[in-house]
Amino acid sequence: MSSNTDATIRELAQQEYKWGFVTDIGEDRAPKGLNEEIIRFISAKKNEPEFMLEWRLKAYRHWESLEKSQAEPKWANIHYAPINYQDISYYSAPKQKPNLKSLDELDPEILRTYEKLGIPLAEQKMLAGVAVDAVFDSVSVGTTFKAKLAEAGVIFCSFSEAVKEHPELVKKYLGTVVPYTDNFFAALNAAVFSDGSFVYVPKGVKCPMELSTYFRINAAETGQFERTLIVADERASVSYLEGCTAPIRDENQLHAAVVELIAMDDAQIKYSTVQNWYPGDKNGKGGIYNFVTKRGACRGKNSKISWTQVETGSAITWKYPSCILQGENSVGEFYSVALANNYQQADTGTKMIHIGKNTRSTIVSKGISAGHGQNTYRGQVKIMKDATGARNYTQCDSLLIGDKCGAHTFPYIEVKNSTARMEHEASTSKIGEDQMFYLRQRGLKTEDAVSMIVNGFCKRVFRELPMEFAVEAQKLLSVSLEGSVG
Amino acid sequence: MSLLEIKNLRAKVDGNEILKGVNLALDAGEVHSIMGPNGSGKSTLAQVLARRETYEITGGEVLLNGKDLLAMKPEEAACEGLFLAFQYPVEIPGVSNAYFLRSALNAIRKYRGLEEMDAMDFLPKLREKMKLLEMDEKFLNRSVNESFSGGEKKRNEILQMEILEPSVAILDETDSGLDIDALKIVAKGVNAMRSPERAMLVVTHYQRLLDYIVPDKVHVLVDGRIVRSGGPELALELEAKGYAAGAA
Repeated sequence: MSSNTDATIRELAQQEYKWGFVTDIGEDRAPKGLNEEIIRFISAKKNEPEFMLEWRLKAYRHWESLEKSQAEPKWANIHYAPINYQDISYYSAPKQKPNLKSLDELDPEILRTYEKLGIPLAEQKMLAGVAVDAVFDSVSVGTTFKAKLAEAGVIFCSFSEAVKEHPELVKKYLGTVVPYTDNFFAALNAAVFSDGSFVYVPKGVKCPMELSTYFRINAAETGQFERTLIVADERASVSYLEGCTAPIRDENQLHAAVVELIAMDDAQIKYSTVQNWYPGDKNGKGGIYNFVTKRGACRGKNSKISWTQVETGSAITWKYPSCILQGENSVGEFYSVALANNYQQADTGTKMIHIGKNTRSTIVSKGISAGHGQNTYRGQVKIMKDATGARNYTQCDSLLIGDKCGAHTFPYIEVKNSTARMEHEASTSKIGEDQMFYLRQRGLKTEDAVSMIVNGFCKRVFRELPMEFAVEAQKLLSVSLEGSVG
Repeated sequence: MSLLEIKNLRAKVDGNEILKGVNLALDAGEVHSIMGPNGSGKSTLAQVLARRETYEITGGEVLLNGKDLLAMKPEEAACEGLFLAFQYPVEIPGVSNAYFLRSALNAIRKYRGLEEMDAMDFLPKLREKMKLLEMDEKFLNRSVNESFSGGEKKRNEILQMEILEPSVAILDETDSGLDIDALKIVAKGVNAMRSPERAMLVVTHYQRLLDYIVPDKVHVLVDGRIVRSGGPELALELEAKGYAAGAA
């Protein structure tokens, strides 16, 4: 650490804040509230270079102006109590020490879920924050992994680390796909982002293994405001897995992440997400609000970005992983399974913006509603004036389980080039009593029958997931739908 | 002890009583046929025996292998050896026929304390049976009954019966919608399933199927009750005289 940074920190540590309190930099948690001092506090805690703090402050000022003019977006098909942005703590130190001695101390309900999902014992311990024993040394696993990547020249580290170790790369690409002016939550994220992943794959390199958040050493923490940036340079390719099937609780209700993907000429990025955050209880109380901005820029010719998501958790899911198809012949894909059970709400979909020539996009969205869940698909396919030869295929299907849930679709199609070819298919179905009876008459129990029908419904999407994720995702869906039929 | 014993069975659906006291005993090794006019309750009987929950039992008792069938859920009855070949088999999109059948077989095997069969052992067995039913291999990976013709759906029902090897098989109007060639193939499959350990109940409208699947006994169901029983010649008599006269 340079003496400059030392001095800055000392200065900040002794500062008295406008609101009349002094924040001790040694604290693990910032006091609740959002203001410039908190932003400086966060940046100082993370030892960030000046450019990062400046960016955060610009973003915060922009967010503040939006908030003051009541520009918080309200158009989605979701309902939630107004968020008090001053009643949130925007920084908490990453957990260093394990907080449980053994899995026996864990809530048996959570343990049961881990079992049902088939999560290996060692992983269960990591997720629960139990001390990892000698049999499974997470540090050495991480080290081998890192060595392989270093050999290939792939940079894969936490976003915080990237800001310090690779500032030129971060400066070059950060905010170029999702600027802080993009939307209300993107501005908030840019101001207070906690951590996330940074990936840079150099020219011509095919990343030798699938990257997973699990393998970042400090991975067990869920980011409240995660920021992820993945860049695949010319002819590079990478597959990234985010999340896990294990249910994750967090005292912080609002999660507003931003993910930016950039693919150069002939590069490919595959981004897969399995999300099972706490969805609230059976009566809809509590649960996480997952308001995410995810966007991929296919900057280069023949580049390709694929989003695959399985969203079963969160009380409210609000996200549209999108692709900007700039480069000629670039391809964007979106495969999604979104579940809304009990009182969950989902307003999710994608935007495919066709700008370059001969671009192609594929959208396959499978929405499942059960209980009192409300599931909305919102998609935009935009063919710009010069996007000759653009092609889009969209399939959005809804499955209703029971008669108290809802499925809604809002497809927007805007075509400004007459050579475009668009295909749109949509279906709404329910699990019929006759289908259930047929499967049960062949010996299958009710839960297995529902599982079979639902997995059949989602097959097209699961096929796109990396194998191990696909198996986990199927189990996750079954577990999430327990008790929804019969 | 009969394999299937139905005593005074009464059932209603949507508030209407359809079965008004059905009595029937089916012994192992036998094939019985139930015939009757439209609305007599033939399909209702089949569905009630298969334990469909939309039908309400209002009286009587049914023993399957000595066990109380009416206390069982559909999947339990299936695991205890009851099979229903549906009149209108439903489609299950996204679920392949091979996967579905193996899952069903393994569910039943598990119930019986047997080891599950993996794909390596299962597929050759399935292919062999499909050949006998003259079904195309392509069917293996297609979704259950999706885009199947009427004939293909009925053959799929018989294929499932052959794989699951039930003790009591109820065939609900298996002949409806079949041309003569398909009918012969289906009948061949059903006859191949006859065994001293198995009993079958063939529910049908027309006598023609019974030329190919010759029953040991024929029962006439009219207005929710079996009004007459006899040997295979009874079916011919009904065809000649019609249900009104023949049931007398």
